[in-house]
Amino acid sequence: MNTWIAIILAAVAVYSWKIIGAYVPQRLMEKPVIARIAGLLTVALMAGLIGIQGFTSGGQLHADARIPALVVAGLLTWRKAPFIVMVAAAAVVAWVLRAYLGWA
Amino acid sequence: MANFNKNLLTTSVGVGLATGFYGISFGALSSAAGLDLWQTMALSLLMFSGGSQFAFVAIAAGGSPALAAAITSAWLLGIRNGFYSVRMVPILKVFGAKKLAAAMLTIDESMAVGTAQELEEDQRRGFWWTGMAVYVFWNAATFVGALVGQSLGSPEQWGLDAAAAAAFVGLIWPRLRERQALIVAAIALGVATFVSPYVPAGMPVLLAGGVAVLFGVFNWFGVRGRDEVAAVETATGESRP
Repeated sequence: MNTWIAIILAAVAVYSWKIIGAYVPQRLMEKPVIARIAGLLTVALMAGLIGIQGFTSGGQLHADARIPALVVAGLLTWRKAPFIVMVAAAAVVAWVLRAYLGWA
Repeated sequence: MANFNKNLLTTSVGVGLATGFYGISFGALSSAAGLDLWQTMALSLLMFSGGSQFAFVAIAAGGSPALAAAITSAWLLGIRNGFYSVRMVPILKVFGAKKLAAAMLTIDESMAVGTAQELEEDQRRGFWWTGMAVYVFWNAATFVGALVGQSLGSPEQWGLDAAAAAAFVGLIWPRLRERQALIVAAIALGVATFVSPYVPAGMPVLLAGGVAVLFGVFNWFGVRGRDEVAAVETATGESRP
């Protein structure tokens, strides 16, 4: 599939929820089971992405400088650091470990 | 404009600036994932939902076989916006083109500022002003970030691969207050990580989503006897004020 087509399809797909919410009867969206799945989906997909982005590389398990970077990111998030500071700090930790300490 | 509320305008623009600012990290990570400047901009202009955008580029980095999974993941992450739309309908009372525009601007921040106001008039203004402020700053920052990202070269060299993982830590954090969410997050992380050597790129994240469906349907580790409003508040993550 072409990347452009994927971008357009994904944008339409994301927008579709906003439209559905604005037009479908309120009762349907507020069923507890639907609301629960929706909330947990967000959590599960993001957690899955942390796993993929943090601990795998090219489809293989892979532990490297990203792990200490993630620990720092977690600590900073817990200490309520701004999002961009936390993300930049993670990059710096990984970069320093690789460039100066020879980590993978 | 009667009863012009300066504090509300300050809040809206402030939230827009703060949120927009991390569009820089999105732009940079999108470039690092291999999307060009216009593809990155198209995501911010048309998709306009941070979590979905970060997920899309992270998975699309796996190449063309992963694109279907990238679309699906972005779509599933956008579901919470549907709940925000439901909440905004009785407040906004708009129709036609304005309703379509309101839907576009329905995101964590516009809903949060809107619903936090006391007067209905302010709820509407808070929603529109915050939505528009975030839209403008988010897109401007994406542009800057994409340019920076393009000039950096290989993502690993500058630790951008670690930054991509860190972005999801920041996005998931406010949603982990309940025990059920924590357990689902831990299992989903484990599933996605450990199945990745055995399934095609993109699939691990979708399997992680399956964990949410199981726990949602059976309400394992859930709180019993909650009313519908409470369930919806969990769904929408009661995002940051």
